[in-house]
Amino acid sequence: MTNLKTTTTLFFFLFLIVMTSLPSITLCDEKLIESTCRQTPNFNLCVQSLKSFPGSATADVRGLGLIMVKVMQSKANDAINKIRELQRSAPSPALTSCASKYNAIVVGDIPEANEAFSKGMPKFAENGANDAANEATFCENGFNGRSPLTQQNNAMRDVAAITAAIARQLL
Amino acid sequence: MEGIKDDVGHVPLLEAEEEEEEEEGRRPLRLRGSYLGIFGSTVFLVSMAALIIYQGHDYYDEAKIENKGNNNNNYNKVPRGVAEGVSAKSNSFLSETTPSYNWTNAMLSWQRTAFHFQPERNWMNDPNGPLFHKGWYHLFYQYNPFSAVWGNITWGHAVSRDLIHWLYLPEAIVRDMWFDINGAWSGSATLLPGGEIVMLYTGYTHQQVQVQNLAYPADASDPLLLNWVKYAKNPVMVPPPGIGPNDFRDPTTAWFGPDNKWTLTLGSMLNDSGLSLVYKTTDFINYELNDHFLHIVPGTGMWECVDFYPVSINGSVGLDTSANGPGVKHVLKASLDDTKLDYYAIGTYFIENDTWIPDDPDLDVGIGLRLDYGKYYASKSFYDQNKQRRVLWGWINESDSEVADITKGWASLQTIPRTVLYDKKTGTNLLQWPVEEIESLRLSSHEFKELLVKPGTVVPLHIGPATQLDIIAEFEIELLGSEGIVNNVEGCGVGAVERSAFGPFGILAIANDQLSELTPIYFRLSNHGNGTSTITTSTSFCVDETRSSKAPDVSKQVFGSKVPVLNDEKLSLRVLVDHSIIESFAQGGRTVISSRVYPTEAIYGAARLFLFNNATDINIKASLKIWQLNSAFIRPFPFHDTQ
Repeated sequence: MTNLKTTTTLFFFLFLIVMTSLPSITLCDEKLIESTCRQTPNFNLCVQSLKSFPGSATADVRGLGLIMVKVMQSKANDAINKIRELQRSAPSPALTSCASKYNAIVVGDIPEANEAFSKGMPKFAENGANDAANEATFCENGFNGRSPLTQQNNAMRDVAAITAAIARQLL
Repeated sequence: MEGIKDDVGHVPLLEAEEEEEEEEGRRPLRLRGSYLGIFGSTVFLVSMAALIIYQGHDYYDEAKIENKGNNNNNYNKVPRGVAEGVSAKSNSFLSETTPSYNWTNAMLSWQRTAFHFQPERNWMNDPNGPLFHKGWYHLFYQYNPFSAVWGNITWGHAVSRDLIHWLYLPEAIVRDMWFDINGAWSGSATLLPGGEIVMLYTGYTHQQVQVQNLAYPADASDPLLLNWVKYAKNPVMVPPPGIGPNDFRDPTTAWFGPDNKWTLTLGSMLNDSGLSLVYKTTDFINYELNDHFLHIVPGTGMWECVDFYPVSINGSVGLDTSANGPGVKHVLKASLDDTKLDYYAIGTYFIENDTWIPDDPDLDVGIGLRLDYGKYYASKSFYDQNKQRRVLWGWINESDSEVADITKGWASLQTIPRTVLYDKKTGTNLLQWPVEEIESLRLSSHEFKELLVKPGTVVPLHIGPATQLDIIAEFEIELLGSEGIVNNVEGCGVGAVERSAFGPFGILAIANDQLSELTPIYFRLSNHGNGTSTITTSTSFCVDETRSSKAPDVSKQVFGSKVPVLNDEKLSLRVLVDHSIIESFAQGGRTVISSRVYPTEAIYGAARLFLFNNATDINIKASLKIWQLNSAFIRPFPFHDTQ
């Protein structure tokens, strides 16, 4: 019965080889979220943002980028809502300037990043995301230190920077 | 031998079986039974593993993540809020305290150019399919019909008699088939000997794969080539095994070879090595992939917009893309996706096996010379059979914020088309020069001879308006003081404020009287004594945007490079100033820098031109001829006029 022993041993080693090589090929997509987020400026925020969307568990890197664009959209909406609220109670030129910046984010940067991720042209996703981060920074700095939008601008900037970093991974 | 590797890595398991089998060849029947058992288990395990791996997971992206990890080692150190990562649009001009700028309509309108090709509105990027046909030059371009940012890309179209005066035509290729529904991207034209035109372009399919499609004019006798037909059985090329579905784009013009086939190339990448694939065809419908690449350079990433063409080492005329033989070298050029820079290298094409090697491996594609050291990408050349020259187009993106682009309603320019020649004097560089037809825009001129500019001085040049200019200048140097000065500060440094013995000196363009905004275009010389009496001089040619605008929300960089200067040559430059773009050429076009400027004060009548010398140990004598340039009045084709 030497052959059966050999067969079994072989089978066992086969099994070992396959099972030990599986983890390094990233069996679980949760590891993809983590390895992707490790290469962004804010690991925790990246993981938390992605995991809050149901599709992230099975998304590839491009899919994660698309999810982050949705997160950007949501942060932009938060900022726009806050701006509208403030425009009623405490209007100012800086606030008006912020309105136009966030308008550009919503009509320009986000559609650009969305299309760029969907259509396999990540460099334009990086452009759009970087520009969105810049616009949020300009909005914030327009208040010369007394900004009523700090939380929203920081949120926008942070998620945009993460999105840009994911785009860079696809280049 | 370069080749495409099969990177599916599960093969060794089976091979181990077969080796075992050979050792025990005595009882074949029993072995076969257990072999089947092993084989069956292997197949089961492998397919189980494959199922888990491939389910909802992009294999190629995973490979890229592993390889790209090293490129992002800055991220842990990035301070919160600073957007890192170089992008074509937002360079590192941002600091924590940068406010934005209140752009007025006057400032934004001024930015629009007078004689550089740009659509009436919206976004443009890569030049596509340039060609000359029945008396008209054609330019196609990546265009977004809806917005001033990238997206919804179709092929815009324009024609000109002279490469300068352009007339807009309707879009030529739109995204209306499954094989280009997600993008009608870049491509090139091939002119066949019988007069037919073949256009190959990259389409992004409904299944998100990059493919190459064939299109041709609906009516080749139409000089305007208004309508285009897509081959019904597109695509004609799909990503081959081992090449990623997003790493396969921008086919070149084809060339005809002694094998009686047409050959073309397109860029791709494997494991962060940029490379160029080779295809052969006789009918432009059926293609064979060569098993080796035209060329591959490790570490350069994806090669976009590959361009491959012959140049005459005699250096006097351009060559048809199919030209070959003694006296011919070949240029290979790639746009690097990772860095948004265009590189070229001069080398030898081995037509027997369709490979190419650079003359100097240290100046290989992606690591050596750049076509343009400024804001410049996705360039493409074509052979102009009308005037027997090779003409080069290049895309110039904006350096401002996208808010500004959306407000002003447009983004991006093309360069003035440039002739390309091999520089027979150095043997290492190409020479680029604005096409001569630009001279038709020249109006009045001013000439200055041997103007003396002492160290630390600025000399105004009274030429009238200074926003649309063609400037040709030569500089001579007078050493002051003792001969023995050695100054090895070289390169462009932090800009024109950085003084050294032999530079910087040059001109200040788009500058105002108060010099609160200015754009220096300059030379800096340095010499290196190395202990013996030998002194080698090197010259850098630079454009300094850092004070081009008071606005903080535009990118303001210092661009430049060394430029070879031969012993018998004077320092010379040519500069085309056209509102928010400045194209600068040194030493007859050996080094070229395209630059975008967005001044807030040095606009309209307030813009001036100066000479400057910020060196410490030399006088400069400058001779210049400066022309005012007219607008090219680029506008829609006048279909309604009777011709």
